[in-house]
Amino acid sequence: MASEDIWILGIHMTKFGKHPDKDTVDLATEAALGALADGGVTMRDVGVLAAGNLMGRGAGIGQLIQKQVGQTGIPVYNVANACATGATALRTAIMAIKAGECDMGLAVGVEKLAGAGLLTGGSRATEKDTWERSGRYGEVAALDGRVGTETMPGVFAQIGMEYAHRYGGIDFELFAQIAEKNHAHSTLNPLASYQKRFTLEEIMNDVMISFPNTRPMCSANCDGAAAAVVVDDSKLKTLSGSQQRRAVKVSASILTTDPWEEACQVLPNVNTLTRNAAAQAYEASGIGPEDLDLVELHDCFATAELVHYDNLMLCEPGGAADLFRSGATWRDGRIPVNVSGGLESKGHPIAATGIANVWEICHHLRGEAGDRQIEGAKVGLAHVIGLGSACGVHVLERAAA
Amino acid sequence: MTAQIPLVDYLVLDPEPHLIAHECDGCAARYFDRRNACASCGGTAFHDEDVTTVGEVRAFTIVSLAAPGIPVPFVAAVVDCGGTSVRANLVNVPPDPAHVHTGMKVRLATQVVGTDSSGVEALGFGFEPLEGATDGQ
Repeated sequence: MASEDIWILGIHMTKFGKHPDKDTVDLATEAALGALADGGVTMRDVGVLAAGNLMGRGAGIGQLIQKQVGQTGIPVYNVANACATGATALRTAIMAIKAGECDMGLAVGVEKLAGAGLLTGGSRATEKDTWERSGRYGEVAALDGRVGTETMPGVFAQIGMEYAHRYGGIDFELFAQIAEKNHAHSTLNPLASYQKRFTLEEIMNDVMISFPNTRPMCSANCDGAAAAVVVDDSKLKTLSGSQQRRAVKVSASILTTDPWEEACQVLPNVNTLTRNAAAQAYEASGIGPEDLDLVELHDCFATAELVHYDNLMLCEPGGAADLFRSGATWRDGRIPVNVSGGLESKGHPIAATGIANVWEICHHLRGEAGDRQIEGAKVGLAHVIGLGSACGVHVLERAAA
Repeated sequence: MTAQIPLVDYLVLDPEPHLIAHECDGCAARYFDRRNACASCGGTAFHDEDVTTVGEVRAFTIVSLAAPGIPVPFVAAVVDCGGTSVRANLVNVPPDPAHVHTGMKVRLATQVVGTDSSGVEALGFGFEPLEGATDGQ
């Protein structure tokens, strides 16, 4: 027998941006309590907690949250999956419910990143004065900058350039236009880190980080948290009419990793695992890419958004540039992408992102997205990639009226 | 002559500088790093194979922001060397989009990384354009 449908009962996202007066636990608590209140339930109803905070050290974030919202003794899973951490937390709570361990779960993702610069890349501070081999490459000195780049803007720039090389007709300007779209979208999102529209010229002439990604084409480091309460069908049926009407169906919850392919050892392949996750999600939900009313995808860099049009099968293979040039992915287009502003403008508090994108979709499916509402939205898809790699895809559907 | 050592153990300096890959005996998957087992087939036996020193740029970026101490800008690239993908910098070419493009043909070149306190020189590698390159032979 197929397991019961899973529903998002309550969901909350904090303002993304700078929160100098709040620590990680404050933000996570705000999101958790917000999600519980949104769902009309309390911590006493929750049977499992999954939580992620990638940059945090020491004690598990899940237990730290419990100490603010309720130490009810339930199992806690502290999860980490790079930028897919939030989606992993959500999926962990869903799996616990599907396994029959409980009928309600809470997932939380939180990060404090405002003011952080590059998050990756090797330091040369500890280089010795005599050559000594170490590491799996037997290196005598740091490799970042000597054997390619380990920075995220550089890695994702190459991922976009590889796509451009394979299919042609894609240049710096096209990548910049993607950032132009997402920054324009965020002007309607009061919770976004930035709500500033940039002209194409401003984007192209801004500080170059790693060609072709200039600064506004990179995800915005910021503080933020997001949380979701999930329940199974039987539990939902016991709740009020208004709770049932606002519930959003999780039609697919998929997590994949990157299968081995030639070249994945030198440049992470973010394509195949996304394509695999999308295929599994479409199969599980019975929903095709043509049915989607909106998509929140992992635009950690403008170069990444382009390849994911293709990976999520929003276009024919090789057709990502044509799809974008048609205007389809703008908020008034056929398949709006990142109407929240995306990671480039809404921001990317790493472990929160994989729940925040689900929050955005739910907001539209519930008809509660205000000025940026995609009218009549019934079905949406949320996608994240964590390098290493992990890909989370959630397909969400509005409750039947 | 100054004593020289390669930056990484998959760079071989003699008789001519070239890269070697650890190739899985079972499925021929290639790795530059030490692997306990093959990520493709699970096999645990590897042997070394030479990687051709000429290739084609399949992807690149021009890094303008990097960790402190790393000189920028530089060109980071993925080079297809006869079917084996290699991560490397592009060298002996101006780091700007007017001079670097995907599809360009390149060849392996060594570069001095530094000299340690005992006078040993470490040599790294990059790829330089085939066309217009100074022939060092």
